[in-house]
Amino acid sequence: MSDAFITEERIEGRDEGPLAGRTVAVKDNISTAGVRTTCGSRMLAEYVPPYDATVVSRLKEAGATVVGKTNMDEFGMGSTTETSHFGPTENPVAPGRVPGGSSGGSAAAVAAGEADLALGSDTGGSVRCPAAFCGVVGIKPTYGLVSRYGLVAYANSLEQIGPFGETVADAAALLDVIAGSDDRDATTRTEGDDSSYADAATGDVEGLTIGVPTELFEGADEGVVETTRAALGELEDRGAETREVSLPSIEHAVEAYYVIATSEASSNLARFDGVRYGHSAEAEGNWNEAFGRTREEGFGEEVKRRILLGTYALSAGYHDKYYAKAQDARAWVKQDFDSALEEADVLASPTMPVPPFELGESLDDPLQMYLADANTVPVNLADLPAISVPAGETDGLPVGLQLIGPAFGERRLIRAASALA
Amino acid sequence: MSDDAVSPEEVRHVAELARIDLAEDEVEAFTGQFGEILAAFETLDEVPEVDREADLTNVMRPDESRDPLERERALENAPETEEGYFKGPNVS
Repeated sequence: MSDAFITEERIEGRDEGPLAGRTVAVKDNISTAGVRTTCGSRMLAEYVPPYDATVVSRLKEAGATVVGKTNMDEFGMGSTTETSHFGPTENPVAPGRVPGGSSGGSAAAVAAGEADLALGSDTGGSVRCPAAFCGVVGIKPTYGLVSRYGLVAYANSLEQIGPFGETVADAAALLDVIAGSDDRDATTRTEGDDSSYADAATGDVEGLTIGVPTELFEGADEGVVETTRAALGELEDRGAETREVSLPSIEHAVEAYYVIATSEASSNLARFDGVRYGHSAEAEGNWNEAFGRTREEGFGEEVKRRILLGTYALSAGYHDKYYAKAQDARAWVKQDFDSALEEADVLASPTMPVPPFELGESLDDPLQMYLADANTVPVNLADLPAISVPAGETDGLPVGLQLIGPAFGERRLIRAASALA
Repeated sequence: MSDDAVSPEEVRHVAELARIDLAEDEVEAFTGQFGEILAAFETLDEVPEVDREADLTNVMRPDESRDPLERERALENAPETEEGYFKGPNVS
């Protein structure tokens, strides 16, 4: 079995539809009726959802064939897919390296040709990071564009389900299928109803203004910066114009993101008690003792770390110091993006400040790993759409260019990115 | 590390709040890491107070009954059931 998948099982869709004849790999935190959905965790190793996520119903309706459930960092917590209970996935285009995360299996399946398309989820970069590391296209939609019904929650104020494809047009066609309002997710909006994103992949960037936030290039690997600048040069050759912009709030984004994401995780993952579903420890004693053992055995190290950090940040006496401050930072980041997007049509940066890590390289130092998310998390804080498109290579390793647009500006992003892939 | 460095007792306390048992070596590792991570979180003190102009509206729907998930299906993933109910650990 391919190491991109946790479960390889075919789910056939309708015979006809916009995705008829196309195969789609689905991240294993998206519920599939009758097909186990593990979230990459021992906790849910045997969990079989009784219902489909809205995006899965829409895939079937569109005629797609689901080919399996893909490997991921446990509950979406990681940037390498190495925190999965089911073992790592190797990067198919960079042997010995990670595919990125947390949707690493989905990006790897597309890069290796094991699926035409894939779905991932992006809470702080989990679609864009693996897209960049595997040399494919990944889209993080505007918050509210795609239904989260049936997505196992990690940090629900930040996350969206998003598509992968080999080309921008492919990813956009999948976005057309999954976008749109849903009664079962009250945070969805109507902007994606009757969308035609695939039609926007014209590659026409004549007259497009691209803002280049200096802060998102500082501290990035030299080869990554060069490759990103070269891709921007290509867009300029096709008639786009670049200008420097500034996002002063950005230096606090990673910290704000981790306070908010871990706080939400500590609450969302409280549901795993081994009573209604999931792993259950053979434990003596009262319910507190049983829950403590079940959760010790069921969760991996990174998940425990984040639940505990979130519990700490929300505990008595610390809420104002961490959580309230992080919400201020979130509002500030939003304002900054709004101003920058008044000066430019889209913003551009390296998706990841570094090329793909070596397998096993990065598990020891959590803070260093969190800082690698510097360019992707601000977008989730601001609820904005972004796309990662292959920019080229540095020393034979893939580099992604990230383009960020205004809320519900997916068509503009797709038009711009399609000039490159 | 700063004066506010996290103590092993605090890590144990938070783990108890979160209902996650920890091994001694986990307590030790988390104590060091949390000191570093929380020191990074402290930089949020530099963030100015910001007007949060969230443009939010409530989403309402008619209060109509609809078929729920069947009991049998709801119990399918439960490690233990009894007479059509979930069976949990003893309360005390």
